[in-house]
Amino acid sequence: MLERDTKFLEEAFKQYYFDHFDLIHVPDRPNQREFGYKKFNSGMNRHISLKNDNDLHFLLMTNIPSDVFCSNACYSFPNMAMAEKDWKEADLIFDIDAKDLNLSCRKEHTCIKCLSCGEASLVQDSCPNCNSTKLDLVSLSCQNCISGVKKEVLKLTSILTDDLHIPSDNITTSFSGNEGFHLYVKGSQYNQLGSKERGNLIDYIMFRNATPETFGFNKFKPSRSSFPEFNEPGWRGRVAKELFGSKSKRPKTISKIISDGYSTYRQKLVDIGKNSIGTKIDPNVTVDIHRIFRLEGSLNGKSGLVKLNCENIEKFNPYSEACLIEDNQVEIFGKCPIEFRLKNRKFGPYTNERISVPKYAAVYMICKGIANLA
Amino acid sequence: MISLGNDEITKYPFLAEAGQYLKDKGFTLEQFATDPDLQIIVDKAYERVECASWGKIFNSTPDGSKGGASLPLEVFSFLLAIVLLKLTDANTLISRFSLAEARRAEKFLEKDLIGNLNNTSEELAIKIFKDLFSVSIKKTGNYFVIPISDYLRHAVNFHELEWRLINRHVEKGMVFLNSHETVRLIRKELDAYIKSRIRAVQTPSLSQGFEEKVNKLVQMAKKFTVITTISTEYPPCIKHAIQALNDGENLSHSGRFMLATFLLGRGQTVDDVAPLFKNAPDYNEKVTRYQLNQISGETGSNTKYSCPSCEKIKSNDLCFATPDCDYIINPMQFGKKRS
Repeated sequence: MLERDTKFLEEAFKQYYFDHFDLIHVPDRPNQREFGYKKFNSGMNRHISLKNDNDLHFLLMTNIPSDVFCSNACYSFPNMAMAEKDWKEADLIFDIDAKDLNLSCRKEHTCIKCLSCGEASLVQDSCPNCNSTKLDLVSLSCQNCISGVKKEVLKLTSILTDDLHIPSDNITTSFSGNEGFHLYVKGSQYNQLGSKERGNLIDYIMFRNATPETFGFNKFKPSRSSFPEFNEPGWRGRVAKELFGSKSKRPKTISKIISDGYSTYRQKLVDIGKNSIGTKIDPNVTVDIHRIFRLEGSLNGKSGLVKLNCENIEKFNPYSEACLIEDNQVEIFGKCPIEFRLKNRKFGPYTNERISVPKYAAVYMICKGIANLA
Repeated sequence: MISLGNDEITKYPFLAEAGQYLKDKGFTLEQFATDPDLQIIVDKAYERVECASWGKIFNSTPDGSKGGASLPLEVFSFLLAIVLLKLTDANTLISRFSLAEARRAEKFLEKDLIGNLNNTSEELAIKIFKDLFSVSIKKTGNYFVIPISDYLRHAVNFHELEWRLINRHVEKGMVFLNSHETVRLIRKELDAYIKSRIRAVQTPSLSQGFEEKVNKLVQMAKKFTVITTISTEYPPCIKHAIQALNDGENLSHSGRFMLATFLLGRGQTVDDVAPLFKNAPDYNEKVTRYQLNQISGETGSNTKYSCPSCEKIKSNDLCFATPDCDYIINPMQFGKKRS
């Protein structure tokens, strides 16, 4: 990133932090948490210990980070090296990202950025400017993606509250500041679980590794009565609804399943897990018990949008509600080959042209690497 | 500590404090080595170890009606088996013995959990689960209901799909199991617990009366020593990762981690492995060497990272399993053969 772009972003981020201390707090037991941050054009600084909100706000003002993180884990010595921290427990965390949903709209709001010459263009195999194949994919805001992610959030919330018996008051849902949502579960019976155990829990949530026997198909002696019923709790009930559609179709569908055979049913369970009923969380996040996770209220350095708590997910519009940078006009060179929307206003496409846009849009495009300060 | 009656100690002899138990009953180890009348117990102890070594469960059924008569033989044979194992000092026999004893105890635990015989047995079984293995059990109808977190802590020891939480009856934060599954869930920990109790026992000095049996056990242990050979061929996931890098593809972070940990685990050096990453689109020699040194434990926290499991590799879409991968759970096991 060019130095003056960095300076511009740092000024914008600093202003946001100064104006919104009320949104940025340390979590519970702050002195047991590890904090970390990234600066623009720089690597990660972690193993930091903070005592309270004042320490955090001081860090924001003095370092002006592009991204701020805090551990889901609690340690005896959070500022020591990983092996010496003395892990105590870790809150359960989930990340649902639009890029993992493979939605058909994705190609319409994604462009490429050449890592060699910086040119941004519509998706293709090589850079139209210098033919380099070292390319970055840049995805811009899309309401369809957000609707898709919201559906996954609701699926996940229902599994957490119904199956895992986590009180809904202990679950916090936040927009990630880019293309997804984070769910954070405080102080549950799952806090002491290690990575491997969380891996098993992830399979449950994502509906992976289900066997036909569990869902009623005994390989050697199939019996119609062992297939799931509509009113059963947990996954058997969900599978019944997905496979049979309605109670009246159950007998006919079971006949077909049995006649198609065991292997076909096993594949069917894999398919519905991947494509419909399974929750599309990022397993690498949930399995990680030493992760530092984006801090609520902080800005996302990939977009300039805020990681923001949302009380009512269905009504929440991240591209207006989480866009909290100021709106005074800024001159930039836009090289954005596709259009996007922020604060209900349409921007782009821009082909290497000098334009005047609100500061939040300038920050968004520069963070995405598809604009430079004029 | 769990308090035990005669019947319970016969079923779960590993709960007794070995030395104290002998003393309480008025015996010394020396007596077992020298007294011909006690030879039958030493023979039984040897039989118990031999039986376990061949993967069988020692056949004994404690019977409350026999009372004191059956008690010393059952418990003493267990304690003397430990003495023989300590004198033999063969890990393979200790492992086989503890597993067989765990499986023997499982049979009793299962019966006790169902609690048809009496409530005391049921309470003891539930207490063993809680005190030794931190599993809280509630009985609901024919089911044994345990919190999901307790279940997960123990289920990680199993690789079979039936133990994945998705294949379990789950309701409101609890897992529903039958008595057999409940007991099976703690087999590994039960085995580990018995093993730890054996290891904690001090090795006595070798009395002449035990010498012959110890020598026989040493010979037996040699039969179980397995020599393994590893083929030099790489597993398909590793071949695929190397191919992807050769083709200049952008191998994911987890793919690079898998490749590096595998090759370093097979004894290659950072100098051997670093050039493989040269074709990566974002190659930077300094960063590559830094990462490899961290993974190998040469720098950083000195932790040497191990190759991820097949399961983890599968979840990262890096698995390209062939029939040669059957029955392995980590790429490091690929091509390993017993000879």
